[in-house]
Amino acid sequence: MRASIVVLARRALRNAARRPQFLAPLVLFPSLFLALNVGGLERTTTLPGFPKVDGFLDFQLAAGITQSLLLGGVSAGIAVALDIEGGFFDRLVASPAPRSAIVLGRVLAAGVIAAFQVSYFLVLGAVFGVDVKGGVLGVLSVLAIGILAGTGFGAIGVLIALRARNASTVQGIFPLVFVVLFISSAFFPADLLSSPADAVAAYNPLSYIAEGMRHPIAFSNDVVALLEGLGAAAAVTAVALGLSLQALRGRLRQA
Amino acid sequence: MKRQLRSIAALMRRGLNEILRVPGGAVPGVLAPTIFMLGLSAVFGKAARLPGYDTANFLTFIVAVGMLQGAGFTGAATGVNLARDIEQGWFDRLLLSPTPRAVLLAGVVGSASLRALLPATFLLTVALTLGVDWPGLLAIALAALLVMGLAAAAACYAILLALRFRTQQAAPLMQVGTFVAVLFTTAYAPRELLSDWLRTIADINPVTHVLEGVRQGFVGDVTWATTWPALLAVTGLIAVFGSLAVRGMRRQGA
Repeated sequence: MRASIVVLARRALRNAARRPQFLAPLVLFPSLFLALNVGGLERTTTLPGFPKVDGFLDFQLAAGITQSLLLGGVSAGIAVALDIEGGFFDRLVASPAPRSAIVLGRVLAAGVIAAFQVSYFLVLGAVFGVDVKGGVLGVLSVLAIGILAGTGFGAIGVLIALRARNASTVQGIFPLVFVVLFISSAFFPADLLSSPADAVAAYNPLSYIAEGMRHPIAFSNDVVALLEGLGAAAAVTAVALGLSLQALRGRLRQA
Repeated sequence: MKRQLRSIAALMRRGLNEILRVPGGAVPGVLAPTIFMLGLSAVFGKAARLPGYDTANFLTFIVAVGMLQGAGFTGAATGVNLARDIEQGWFDRLLLSPTPRAVLLAGVVGSASLRALLPATFLLTVALTLGVDWPGLLAIALAALLVMGLAAAAACYAILLALRFRTQQAAPLMQVGTFVAVLFTTAYAPRELLSDWLRTIADINPVTHVLEGVRQGFVGDVTWATTWPALLAVTGLIAVFGSLAVRGMRRQGA
């Protein structure tokens, strides 16, 4: 089982590396958005109620990471949908490999790609002057929450692909990435969000994931924020994985 | 001349037919700018409290951004559709027809201009429903003209890429180009509130003038001082990308 998961994860990573046109947008779009937010709205840090930060980039970096990880989930879903459309999925099902490895291998690959995405943004931040306040421990916290969340978003992508079975439908959820982000406190302090986004943000796991990564970057290591971030990421991953495996079973029953 | 106009009309009709035949394909392009506008307003709405915004409502400030984003998305989608036609061989059949290449281009670009009114109208309706003040007929007419113009320029840019790469996989390049052009302007904040590097880019970027042209009426009054740079900028963009696209069309099959 473990060997099958690793082999399928390796295949997913190799395919991703071969098609940089699918990988590049995962960091390109959030980087552009990050630059735009910071360049256009840096004065908002002077608004009453905005927490004290060294700069708006310190505050926004976690939002960029979260956005990138969500796009990673869409990308994982598109890859699975392409496997289904191209017939590779059916060949995998017919092989002696454990069926759950099909989902787990892809989700593991999403976790590995998430590690690269988080590292990329931490380096990008460092280049533009972000000093991670939590130090090495803070960097490790950001990586832990980011990788776990990226794994969960990958599982959501796989779930949608197994249900939709075509790449264009999975691609169509791209605007939803922005919707779920906009109704969280990823981009702006929860206290300064407009209604009803502020009310929804309190229940949105993305708020806790983003805040969990933001604390060590912009403020300090905070056990509560870390645990909330890890908890939200773990919950997303567990639920999405469970539903993905269920969707796989449903699809196999139909086959 | 009459025959050429008929060809342009037929190609424009074909482009518009896609909306009716595949409405699902048009939905994301229509919804995305509105989602983006509502999301930005919900998240960054309090930014309008900063001195420098000439309106207390952030939604009012970014209506124009959404309208131009819709134009950009429509232009990019035109390039993606052309790339699909190239992949499927339909474009080669079109090139074999006696219609001049510039006329073929005009038909495709014309359909993009008209289709750009769809997301703009939807977005404007949502914005007005949510309390944005009616900017007046002159401002609306000017905004529609500029939206159509920018969609034409974006379509020419995307067509240029479609002719160069001949695959739909070039879609992200088309989208990123229009995304950067529209947003690296005074999209989020007045010029004096932008950080230095973004202000420099916004000053160079001709789309800034187009954006300010669409924004007038929503924020402040319509003035000739804001209108002529917007019209000049959009005309210049169409001239530059249109010439390059015509050259690209003429090189096809050469």
